[in-house]
Amino acid sequence: MSIKQVVPIYDTAKSRIVAIFELVQVWRYRDLIWQLIIRDVTSRYKRSVLGIAWTMLNPLATMIIMTIVFSQLFSRIEGYSAYLLSGLVIWNFFSQSSSTGINNLVRGGPMFTRIYVPRTAFAISSVGTGIVNLLFSLVVLFGVMLVVGVPITWASLLIVVPILFTASFSLGMSLIISSAGIYFDDVVQMYRILLTAWMYFTPIIYQIDILPEYAQKLMFFNPMYHVVGLIRKATYYGEGFTWTEIGWSALFSFIPLIIGWLIFAKVSEQLAYRT
Amino acid sequence: MSKQVISVEDVVVRYHVPQENVRSIKEYLVQIMRRGRINSDEFAALKGVDLTVNEGEFFGVIGSNGAGKSTLLKLLAKVMYPTEGRIWVKGQIAPLLAMGAGFHPDLTGRENIFLNGTLLGYKKVELQERFEQIVDFAGIRDFIDSPIRTYSSGMNMRLAFSVATDKKPDILLVDEVMSVGDAAFQEKSLDRIHGYQESGTTTVMVSHAMSRVEENCDRAVWLDHGEVKFIGDAKEAVALYLEHSIS
Repeated sequence: MSIKQVVPIYDTAKSRIVAIFELVQVWRYRDLIWQLIIRDVTSRYKRSVLGIAWTMLNPLATMIIMTIVFSQLFSRIEGYSAYLLSGLVIWNFFSQSSSTGINNLVRGGPMFTRIYVPRTAFAISSVGTGIVNLLFSLVVLFGVMLVVGVPITWASLLIVVPILFTASFSLGMSLIISSAGIYFDDVVQMYRILLTAWMYFTPIIYQIDILPEYAQKLMFFNPMYHVVGLIRKATYYGEGFTWTEIGWSALFSFIPLIIGWLIFAKVSEQLAYRT
Repeated sequence: MSKQVISVEDVVVRYHVPQENVRSIKEYLVQIMRRGRINSDEFAALKGVDLTVNEGEFFGVIGSNGAGKSTLLKLLAKVMYPTEGRIWVKGQIAPLLAMGAGFHPDLTGRENIFLNGTLLGYKKVELQERFEQIVDFAGIRDFIDSPIRTYSSGMNMRLAFSVATDKKPDILLVDEVMSVGDAAFQEKSLDRIHGYQESGTTTVMVSHAMSRVEENCDRAVWLDHGEVKFIGDAKEAVALYLEHSIS
């Protein structure tokens, strides 16, 4: 029995579900995703003297400045720098991954019109690079916790949950924003501004109870509020999660991903027609 | 019929070019409020193209600028779907249309081989297996661990070509890119293509160099403003096209 080589057949008349097709292609191109992450990480390392160290310096520097500025204001929060940093670390992961992802998808134009590549691979690799950077920031976080005297418990291991949720949400946001960003230039800039405001609307620097009632109620609908809550619980408070907490956070993280994937897969078919 | 590997059936590619340059949401809203809709012109890059290519053929695509040649290639390279009609391709396609895509100047030749290779659809293990022969064909062994911003443009080209053509494809898509590189490498690269050709690879080549089309192609299609003016013997196609251009 000879092994029959499967000859690929490309037929535009065959109906396909774009979202599934994209998923299949992304799986086939998984080696590319890995190479893109390596590219992002190593090119950063090669270009600067600080390189990898910068990914640790960045959150550390921000945290130091913010601690100096806000610790008087929030003196009632013990170990403020650890409180702050636990939220900051996951926020930076989200904001960097989504921004880079959008950049890749929206500016990849010239290459995408010459060869076929599943575009979502570039948003996924941005999240992957974000995870690498996150790992370095976690070193800083646990370092600061030790210095400030916040106990590190076994609950810290639970951070994989909010990290996974944030990865999903970042990817979803990248895809949603890029779907519009490909058609309208200003969407990308608007997103940047949105991110700044969003950071202040998430209890990273402060505790939620300083906000007025209505704001606290609205906060529930902020997906980042949930993941910041989870990571803070696991690290700063050293506690486990409830199933309700996990459930809501999962919902707010995976639904944007599904929506983003569906929209972007549909949009990317039309992209070659963008003049 | 059974020997067909490419079939383009009544394919139309129609762009909508907005009359006003609407690139931001603000402009979009202004236009909607002013006119209630965005007016756009239609531009048909391909208007009902029918053609087939058989296995092992060296098929040429000629025509003046704007004829729709690169649109046709994009359709075959799976970058674009037709507005109407059907594209059917049997076999693995290697487009030599964007060689060196994804090359990052700070990364070494070695790292770029993996980056570019996976971008083109190779698996990592394949690239590991093929690594030595890719480097040998490109002739850059001494420089393989230097960043490619230190390479000359010729070296870049050779590396790009070597990665893109290491695996023998069923179908090869080529455009004018082939004319870069020094004489020795041009010969080497043409030899490789001809080698594949002889062992059954189908080649579709877009070219403005009529001599090259006449020399290499069996059949050719002459496109003009998105329509097929002639399909058939390559020499005849070239003759008709040249006649038309001169008059």
